[in-house]
Amino acid sequence: MENKLLQVKGLTVSFKIEKVVDNISFDINKGETFALVGESGSGKSITALSVLRLLPTNAKVSASEIKLNSDDLFSIAENDFCKIRGKRIGLIFQDPMSSLNPVMTIGEQIAEVIQVHFSYSKTEIDQAVFELLQQVEIPQAERRINEYPHQLSGGQRQRVMIAIALAAKPDLLIADEPTTALDVTIQAQILQLLKTIQQKTGMALWLISHDLALVSNMADRIAVMQKGKIVESNNTDQFFKQPQHPYSVKLLAALPSMDSCINKVVDNKGDILLQVEGFKVYYPIRKGFFKRVVDHVRAVDGVDFQLQQGKTLALVGESGCGKTTLGKALINLIPHTAGTVLFDHVDLTTLDRESLRNKRAEIQIIFQDPFSSMNPRMLIGEIIEEGIKALHPHFGSADRQQRVAKLLDQVELPQSSAMRYPHEFSGGQRQRICIARALAVEPKLIICDEPTSALDVSVQSQIIDLLKKLQKDKGISYLFITHDLAVVAEIADQVAVMNLGKIVEQGDVEQILKKPKHAYTRKLLGAVPMIA
Amino acid sequence: MVILCTDALIYILVLVSIVAGVSIARKPNFKRPLKKISASKTGMISLLFLLFFIFIGLLDSIHFKETEGRTREIISLLDYWAKPLRTQNEKTYSGPFSAYLYSKEMIAKVDGGTQWSYPRLKFGGSHLKTPETEALSDVLTKAATGFGKGAGLFMLFFVLLWSYLHDRHKYLLKGDTAKAVWAVVFLLLSTSYMLLYLSGYYHVLGTDKVGEDVFYQAIKSIRTGLVIGSLTTLIMLPLAIVFGIMAGFFRGWVDDVIQYIYTTLNSIPSVLLIAASILMVQVYMSNHAEDFNSLIVRSDMRLLFLCLILGVTSWTGLCRMLRAETLKLREMEYVQAAQALGVKQSTILIRHILPNVMHIVLISVVLDFSSLVLAEAVLSYINIGVDPTTYSWGNMINGARLEMARDPVVWWSLLASFVFMFSLVLAANLFADTVRNAFDPRRAEQGE
Repeated sequence: MENKLLQVKGLTVSFKIEKVVDNISFDINKGETFALVGESGSGKSITALSVLRLLPTNAKVSASEIKLNSDDLFSIAENDFCKIRGKRIGLIFQDPMSSLNPVMTIGEQIAEVIQVHFSYSKTEIDQAVFELLQQVEIPQAERRINEYPHQLSGGQRQRVMIAIALAAKPDLLIADEPTTALDVTIQAQILQLLKTIQQKTGMALWLISHDLALVSNMADRIAVMQKGKIVESNNTDQFFKQPQHPYSVKLLAALPSMDSCINKVVDNKGDILLQVEGFKVYYPIRKGFFKRVVDHVRAVDGVDFQLQQGKTLALVGESGCGKTTLGKALINLIPHTAGTVLFDHVDLTTLDRESLRNKRAEIQIIFQDPFSSMNPRMLIGEIIEEGIKALHPHFGSADRQQRVAKLLDQVELPQSSAMRYPHEFSGGQRQRICIARALAVEPKLIICDEPTSALDVSVQSQIIDLLKKLQKDKGISYLFITHDLAVVAEIADQVAVMNLGKIVEQGDVEQILKKPKHAYTRKLLGAVPMIA
Repeated sequence: MVILCTDALIYILVLVSIVAGVSIARKPNFKRPLKKISASKTGMISLLFLLFFIFIGLLDSIHFKETEGRTREIISLLDYWAKPLRTQNEKTYSGPFSAYLYSKEMIAKVDGGTQWSYPRLKFGGSHLKTPETEALSDVLTKAATGFGKGAGLFMLFFVLLWSYLHDRHKYLLKGDTAKAVWAVVFLLLSTSYMLLYLSGYYHVLGTDKVGEDVFYQAIKSIRTGLVIGSLTTLIMLPLAIVFGIMAGFFRGWVDDVIQYIYTTLNSIPSVLLIAASILMVQVYMSNHAEDFNSLIVRSDMRLLFLCLILGVTSWTGLCRMLRAETLKLREMEYVQAAQALGVKQSTILIRHILPNVMHIVLISVVLDFSSLVLAEAVLSYINIGVDPTTYSWGNMINGARLEMARDPVVWWSLLASFVFMFSLVLAANLFADTVRNAFDPRRAEQGE
């Protein structure tokens, strides 16, 4: 009994009439790592917030009991609760950019927490801050103390967040999607750090994540949440060996597997659709009174690749490597600096504005964020129609509506969707609409800019299947920009790995993923969490 | 019939808004927001108040020359109907419903002597023999009669409508909103009839320094308020929208030029600019006296120029906001997707940017509307606002301001202008709020 740190019994949270968390119970033992896994909207973050009593005011909580050690958390007065938040339960959020105050140095932000919970002298606080920064392995801690958040990288900011959470030496650390906003290599480092700290301090770690693979390497026990309910709870080993609940089975099956590229037959004999040579995108750095150009940021620095008709080329790299810039510059959404783009035997870089506008319709783009890629004030029908209007200006309204209906059919959405607004659809459905919009102008090439990274795994696999099906039916080529190597294995024929604006390695998918040559590719592959 | 400059502009404005309204109502994708507006109680009631104000303003915008009388002045339809209000002037201040003047005078008695006392009014309450005892009961009975007549009129109208609609009359009272709207129509009609009836016998809101009826002044000010609010907005809106969106969307030198214009304009004290242009107009009018031969034409010209110059000085704020919003929107992926589809830039501006900044336009227009009515009051104070002969809430406040130090205080001018201004601005605000909510698809979903 005394081994139990946090006990939750029958927790129910509802907004108006909708139950977001529905009668869930679980325990977290001292010193263990407990993982709560679920897709977006399953109520996992709300569960964490309700334990800390940080829910928005319109949420209604009814729980029989939440106990930390032997204290009933719901019977403590709000004034005294400050001694629990931070002191006994620490919290790390997903986004390190917005959880730090930009006008305070990181030293001040860590010291603030220590001041609240301990009555230390000035020198003791400085000492404690320094030790914390060392504990989270920030190099040159004595210098970094006086730096501001914007001077740190994303990974370092997350380390500072962890230092703040650890400042008051909590018994329980809640990490809400701590690495979702980070690159794979950084993610691996942060997870390693969390493990090390846990071993040193013996605190319990409550990990909230959507990523089953990540959780499999970290957690002692796993609970799977679906629509506000915990459907399965088990030890990690047993869970991955024999998942009990059908939902868990479905989740595991939907995980893209790195092995799916093995023995993929790739014939390299097709016509070349897109050939890019010496492609460069530089952003000027301007300084001084007259804004003279003193240097350039080399976002894309001399890239060559080619893509065959009806094939998929995956462009892989970490954030900031220039892959999105490359994609947008290819269709002239961003001006390029040098190089040639030979598309369908026409050099796009030499075309004048009007003929480029026409030619460009043959290359379409699908964006990452399905929420900002559609005009919220237009009906779905109008959104899809827009391309048809641009391509076939002579079409009558009946013709257009017929086309819209056909396109909706192709992306497997009901035809009644045409008279509805974007916000009425889920992320996956929105992504389908974006695909329909792209298809409306009958493109030969679609640039997919991280189309699945904002989606849940089960939805992600549906979208990938849809893309594959469309490729088979219509012979469209994809330039698939992503950071997720598992997705690459599922969809790509060829892979190009990008780092710092240059392609470091390219080749067939099996060769890159299974027999990488370049050191950077190996580093990327090594950092991907995999189910053991 | 005489058409003044502002009249012509008002007619055009009304015509354009009717045409726009009809074409909007026909479009299928506006069906849902319109239904949402018509289902909102606050929205419909505030619309009703707005329409009532506009109706009075329109009555006051149909001008013609008097057929009789010595001066043959230009008067409006409202003036014609409210003739007693216009002509029954007292000597100076008198309180609401009072039968006596507000200042003492030497009065010749019947027996030949004189007395230092409050004299009776020429018109207000002149039908009473002993106002001290009769006044209260007389006012109450007259109010009840007026209200009853108004109610009767409403019932007559309603029954006629009911029988005209035959079997479709069940739609007339369908739903809470419709019932509330009819109740408000009933109250509005009966109350205004009651006030009209009462003002035949009394000065309902008293009289001002030169003995003019304050109720009449307040009603006449509605047109001035509406003109300043709507015409100024009409001048300011295109400037703000076109410049703001262009600066935000095209960036580069377009942005530089537009920013330069509005920072320069902003750095000139607007009061100076307004004073200068009003003085210029006055000089122009006195040099061309033959074109501006009547007082009302002159004051109308001055009102028009005030709107013009207010419009020119007040677009910068909205322009800056729209620029900032457009800067954000142009980076949105749907704009980039439209570019990738080969949609022309002008089409992108109209189809993707404009609808997404409309909520800002709507909010700031309504807020500006109220601040413009107030600005007019401030400008009248330093004598560069509307002409002193023009009835406006600003002039009323300005006149009343001098009497605030008096004891006992003269409060009715201030209160009257405040109540009228308040109800117009509040109605406009509430209605704009409903419209904004209804046209935002994300909000329209939630029942609310």
